[in-house]
Amino acid sequence: MTHLRYGVRTFLLELVMVAAGIAFLFPVYALITLSLKSGRQIASAPLSPPTSPTMANFSRAWSAAGLGSALLNSTMITVASLVCLIALGAFAAYFLARCASRLGFGLYVLFLLGIVLPFQLGMIPLFKLVDQLGLLGTYQGMIVFYTGIQLPFTIFLYTGFIRALPRDYANAALIDGATHLQAFTRVVFPLLRPITGTVLILNAVFIWNDFFTPLLYLGGSARETVPVRVFSFVGQYVSDYGLVFAGLVLAALPILVVFLLLQRYVIRGFASGLKG
Amino acid sequence: MTTRRTARPATTPSPPVKGRRTGFLTPPWWFVAPALLVYAAVVLYPSLSGVMYAFTDWSGIGGKSFNGLANFRALFHDERAVGALKNTLLLTVAIVVVQNGIGLLLALGVHARIRSRTVLRVIFFAPAVVSPVMVAFLWKYVYNPDPHAGLNGLLGAIGLGGLRQDWLGDPSLAVWSVAGMVVWQYAGYSMVIFLAGLEGVPADLHEAAMIDGAGRFQRFRYITWPLLAPALTINVMLSTIGGLKLFDQVYAATGGGPGYASETLSTVLYKQAFVYGKFGYSTAIALVLALFVAAVSLLQIAYLRGREVQA
Repeated sequence: MTHLRYGVRTFLLELVMVAAGIAFLFPVYALITLSLKSGRQIASAPLSPPTSPTMANFSRAWSAAGLGSALLNSTMITVASLVCLIALGAFAAYFLARCASRLGFGLYVLFLLGIVLPFQLGMIPLFKLVDQLGLLGTYQGMIVFYTGIQLPFTIFLYTGFIRALPRDYANAALIDGATHLQAFTRVVFPLLRPITGTVLILNAVFIWNDFFTPLLYLGGSARETVPVRVFSFVGQYVSDYGLVFAGLVLAALPILVVFLLLQRYVIRGFASGLKG
Repeated sequence: MTTRRTARPATTPSPPVKGRRTGFLTPPWWFVAPALLVYAAVVLYPSLSGVMYAFTDWSGIGGKSFNGLANFRALFHDERAVGALKNTLLLTVAIVVVQNGIGLLLALGVHARIRSRTVLRVIFFAPAVVSPVMVAFLWKYVYNPDPHAGLNGLLGAIGLGGLRQDWLGDPSLAVWSVAGMVVWQYAGYSMVIFLAGLEGVPADLHEAAMIDGAGRFQRFRYITWPLLAPALTINVMLSTIGGLKLFDQVYAATGGGPGYASETLSTVLYKQAFVYGKFGYSTAIALVLALFVAAVSLLQIAYLRGREVQA
């Protein structure tokens, strides 16, 4: 490598990078200090560290934003969508990767089309359809939506991985008399674990944070997800920065905690999963 | 191996292997059926209807009649839509250039043997996992016009009070301020992808170049940079598509304002549909957006893939 020793240059680079990191964290510093201050403290000295931190904002924000139910909704929708995506995506990708016919290739291209197609194109027809089926304001509507909209990307990741996987394992099982279902679920699927991890991480982050469609389908209902609930909460208490920021901290905390616990896998997933 | 052959139903018991017939090793068609069904219902059918609605005057209620290219003609005479198109393109270019530029610098920085590299990677990447709406609300405070709050307060505290701005309230600045928050959120994402590219650059290439007397810049220019091409392709594509579709941050931070100063195609088409009920017109804007995304993606793929080299 270029410098194996920790020399003066490395030290200077370290200083620059740490300074960049601190500058980068300024918004987060503002977020945390303001969430710990009362309205009067914010008015007098918004950016100085809190002298007498208060937790009052947090308990008020939790109930005012209705974060408990929003977190439950987000969790239900995210988990169920991930289960559907992995089940449908892995099966479909296995077929597409192993089927050498022209039909298989055509289908694969058809799925890939969904990666470039902006969902806004089908937004209104789909909204009408979901409305007619009575699925507005329900978990089911969102779960079907996320499954459909994220399948192309999921299938893309799985197909690439399966193509690089030797066929021998599944073939051995089939020759020994296993059905295709058994060969796939017992032999192939366990081998897909690395890419299943990537699929899980990328889709979970997307679904958990998505805003546009839940705003349309769930806005005003009891099933609002965290971003939608935060949106209306901020709109309602816009001038009360302490309260708003405590709400933002609470709302962002779950995914940040999961990220910090799994940071190696998450970063690797984001870095590797997108290789075209 | 497996040539064209229709798959058989799953109930077929696995026959004993006879000769070279391997068709039974191909998974049955019903493996793909559920996915295709959901995909068709959620993406294909609505998108196709969307293309059709773009040529109608549909308002959501009552009938609709085809009006040819009227929506598209209206679009190019609609100041707001043209402004939104311009903003979308400006935002996209700014985000692609700045986000990837900063991402590359950060990646080079944390790729070196500094002690804080792991912590810094986590810090720079963290905003990318948070909801864009929440990041936008945080930045709405950072961009507070109050001279003592947010970024203005910070500028004052470090003696740069002269640079204070009404970041989101000044129509000529609002778009750039939105670009700034997007870059803050996703520069770490670009960094992570560049880092994966940097880790794939063989160390012996650098050693050989050093022996040949190449300096730091030369090694970057002639070894690292060409080998980063695949990472650059992914980064440019991702940030371009993200920029063209930008909605959450604008909707939460400025709502498209002040006036129409920071509208994007996505915010305009949302409002045309769900505020004004012009469903036909809204899908026409969506179709323009779709064509932009497709055209730009294809051009970028063709150009960027062409400059990728093998290590």
